Amino acid sequence: MRYLPLTDTDREDMLARIGVSGVDELFSDVPAGKLLTEPLDLPRAKGELEVERIMGRMAAKNVAATSVPFFVGAGAYKHHVPATVDHLIQRSEFLTSYTPYQPEIAQGTLQYLFEFQTQVSALTGMEVANASMYDGSTGTAEAVLMAHRVTRRRKAVLSGGLHPHYTQVVETLSEMANDEVVALPADVKASEDILAQIDDSVSCVVVQSPDVFGNLRDLAPIAEKAHAHGALLIAVFTEVVSLGAVTPPGAQGADIVVGEGQSIGNALNFGGPYVGLFAAKSKYVRQMPGRLCGETVDADGQRGFVLTLSTREQHIRRDKATSNICTNSGLCVLAFTIHMTLLGQAGLSRLAEVNHANAVQLADALAGVKGVEILNESFFNEFTIKLPKPAAAVVEALAEKGVLAGVPASRLMPGAGLDDLLIVANTEINTDDDRAAFVKALAEVL
Amino acid sequence: MLNRQGRPTQAGDAAAERHETFTGNRALQQIEPLIFEIGHHETTGVDIDKPAPFKSRLGKHARKGEIGLPGLSEPEAMRHYVRLSQKNYGIDTGLFPLGSCTMKHNARLNEKMARLPGFSDVHPLQPLSTVPGALDVMLELARYLMTLTGMPAVALSPKAGAHGEACGMMAIKAAIEAKGEAATRNVVLVPESAHGTNPATAALIGFSVKAVPARPDGTVAVEDVKALLGPEVAAIMLTNPNTCGIFEPQIVEIAAAMHEAGAYFYCDGANFNAIVGKARPGDLGVDAMHINLHKTFSTPHGGGGPGAGPVVLSERLAPFAPVPFIHVENGKSRLVEHKAEAPEGNDPFGRMTAFHGQMGMYVRALAYMLSHGSDGMKQASEDAVLNANYIRAGLADLMSLPFPDHPSMHEALFDDEWLKGTGVSTLDFAKAMIDEGYHPMTVYFPLVVHGAMLIEPTESESKASLDLFIATLRDLAIAAKGNDKTRFTAAPHHAPIRRLDETRAARQPVLKWEKPQPVAKAAE
Repeated sequence: MRYLPLTDTDREDMLARIGVSGVDELFSDVPAGKLLTEPLDLPRAKGELEVERIMGRMAAKNVAATSVPFFVGAGAYKHHVPATVDHLIQRSEFLTSYTPYQPEIAQGTLQYLFEFQTQVSALTGMEVANASMYDGSTGTAEAVLMAHRVTRRRKAVLSGGLHPHYTQVVETLSEMANDEVVALPADVKASEDILAQIDDSVSCVVVQSPDVFGNLRDLAPIAEKAHAHGALLIAVFTEVVSLGAVTPPGAQGADIVVGEGQSIGNALNFGGPYVGLFAAKSKYVRQMPGRLCGETVDADGQRGFVLTLSTREQHIRRDKATSNICTNSGLCVLAFTIHMTLLGQAGLSRLAEVNHANAVQLADALAGVKGVEILNESFFNEFTIKLPKPAAAVVEALAEKGVLAGVPASRLMPGAGLDDLLIVANTEINTDDDRAAFVKALAEVL
Repeated sequence: MLNRQGRPTQAGDAAAERHETFTGNRALQQIEPLIFEIGHHETTGVDIDKPAPFKSRLGKHARKGEIGLPGLSEPEAMRHYVRLSQKNYGIDTGLFPLGSCTMKHNARLNEKMARLPGFSDVHPLQPLSTVPGALDVMLELARYLMTLTGMPAVALSPKAGAHGEACGMMAIKAAIEAKGEAATRNVVLVPESAHGTNPATAALIGFSVKAVPARPDGTVAVEDVKALLGPEVAAIMLTNPNTCGIFEPQIVEIAAAMHEAGAYFYCDGANFNAIVGKARPGDLGVDAMHINLHKTFSTPHGGGGPGAGPVVLSERLAPFAPVPFIHVENGKSRLVEHKAEAPEGNDPFGRMTAFHGQMGMYVRALAYMLSHGSDGMKQASEDAVLNANYIRAGLADLMSLPFPDHPSMHEALFDDEWLKGTGVSTLDFAKAMIDEGYHPMTVYFPLVVHGAMLIEPTESESKASLDLFIATLRDLAIAAKGNDKTRFTAAPHHAPIRRLDETRAARQPVLKWEKPQPVAKAAE
């Protein structure tokens, strides 16, 4: 077995040194009859070539985004990632390191975490950011819990524009913790009256912008009313590239900002691993979940970085911790940070501009297809169209024609009466030809 | 002159003075500024053409003012992050005996497989007809995990160990609710030796936590558990093999006692690497157990993630598994994404995360499993246990074992009894290991042992590597008991940076870079 260095002679010598006659003597605490004697019913070891064949066959059954005109979004987005990113994150010292509990030999990890926190703060317009959550959805659930700790209330109001998976994750955790959730119905045109839901019993209002239907939302009035009632505004985004073009939630009064960072540096990966971005006002820092990296000095006075404020965390506070999170998204953070560093604000602004331009172009072209209606007043790189037929069937028909057209709203919200809606994303990866192919195929299918 | 590895050294180099350099660098050890100190706001390392003029649809939401982030050109970025990487220690650098963390070899085949476009470049919401191979991976991984654990069901979606704990405990809570006992069963038993995530998870889900005392031999006794049982107890969260590196001898009795009392047995699977192919949690009475794919199945730790924490479930808990899951009926598989779509007899408690979990980690773990096979995985566990006991045997005469009566499983636990009166602490000893080129073991955990040192070599180490490690620790142990205190108290001497002031970091938190104020202004 290529991964196991011990030889049989080694094993014998070592058993002798330990003073046992066989390895099973070391398993003597396993209760009688529970130690397996037969190998389990699974295939035997395989060489690299054979593993590549098996995995390759499974991979080949899937349609990769890059191989077709691709317009699928709704919480995960296909973007181009510079080659440098994947090269750097595969460096042994990053890939095979652990959580930086020994800071003297983990300054590489700690410094990029510090850079990441600074980048996320700047992008969101917030004072402080943590070293990541698992993803945007779990980060949102953690933000709700944090708001409950800050306000000492236990009722969250969720916008109908919040990604339905995020809503469900919040609902699941809240139900378990006996907290109240008011989830507003799907709000396709950003017309819900969320202000009416805010009163002195509410801990937080959770609003996504761009929302799951692509609408850009005005957060400032919501923040204002929330604050008047002692509640917090949690602003959510699933497309971080949008922050290159739109007013950041921090400038609109958000108290906590949570988002999915996958778009920068990370592949689609069929849904994970991704990276949750989490930022807040600094007065709430001690109620934040997750790891924080801070600057300090070493014994010689040199600048260095350490994990800090860990008295919030599970390994110190146990059942009084702000969260149970331990492992987060280290390597996805690194990918994010490197890509963001390559972009800089100049590159991110340009990238956002191209995304928006492409989406506008596609929206205009689709609006020309008979029976298709664009529902958004404003959008960034994603919008919702109304079709004269059920969107799920249309998407299947388009897939047959080699176009992955978007996400039917019914996939995320079955039974919500939104069967004729299709959520369409258009990033920098799409060419004029891709858009033309989509428009042509859609006209044929309808 | 020969060093301890038998290689010649230059005469006198041990006494070499640290000559100051102009740059502050020391050859390969480079002082690297933050990107904010070297980049420029107008610089970018990504070339993107400006789009043709178009009419914006951002409305009043268009960003005003700049973001305030610099960019780096590609060569600058490459050099910056390569230099940062050189300040890090990884498994590929050397022995990484971090107990409870299972830092084993990360095969690059697994990385290569995860990057096949058919896995990395597929969207979680593209039509299911275009991703049958992705569902195949999930089904195959599930089959391996169920077979290895002897459990009938698995929820794949949790994103890491602690998230898996939450998933398992939610399934337990849902099962309790289904029996109409939600109002009364709200206590979870957690041994004092448990990972901090266990009590944190129980509290997260609204349980209150009661501690189970540790026995002097490092195990949990069934009588102690029974003494705490009552109608208010929902579950026990027990790590097995436990955090002292011992297989709980009474685990079957403890499971039976829990079940008899109408409660459940959650097993923390962090230490599963000791028993893969040797014992199955399903045979021991476990109701739920998370598996850290990033520990046992070698998906890289990546400096603290991403992980993956699938949870295997017993027959009693399986109906409550969260969405999404794959339902197989008459040879046809279907991805169930919503509670309302669940097949007859299933009552999913909810959803743990957006989409379907850590696909990238599933692929890596499956590649690991296919490579090892049932024979290789069993051998890996045996070697992991053998290596830990070999280290223990090599050090037991110099360092103190708190629990000498049980064999170690895949990790050997020492305490600091042997350091008493030396003026050297566990932390000092760990930092001296850094100078010797090793990552320290886990220190001060588990909490039930004073000054704990938890050594987990994994199966990835050769005998020669273990022999040098043992010789090094013996040399350090003898020195610690001798007169050379500064070798420890001032260690590390040779790391890229000296010991860091963690108190200062916590008292005056500096959590992001701020543009330095001009001196004159700052003085105002």
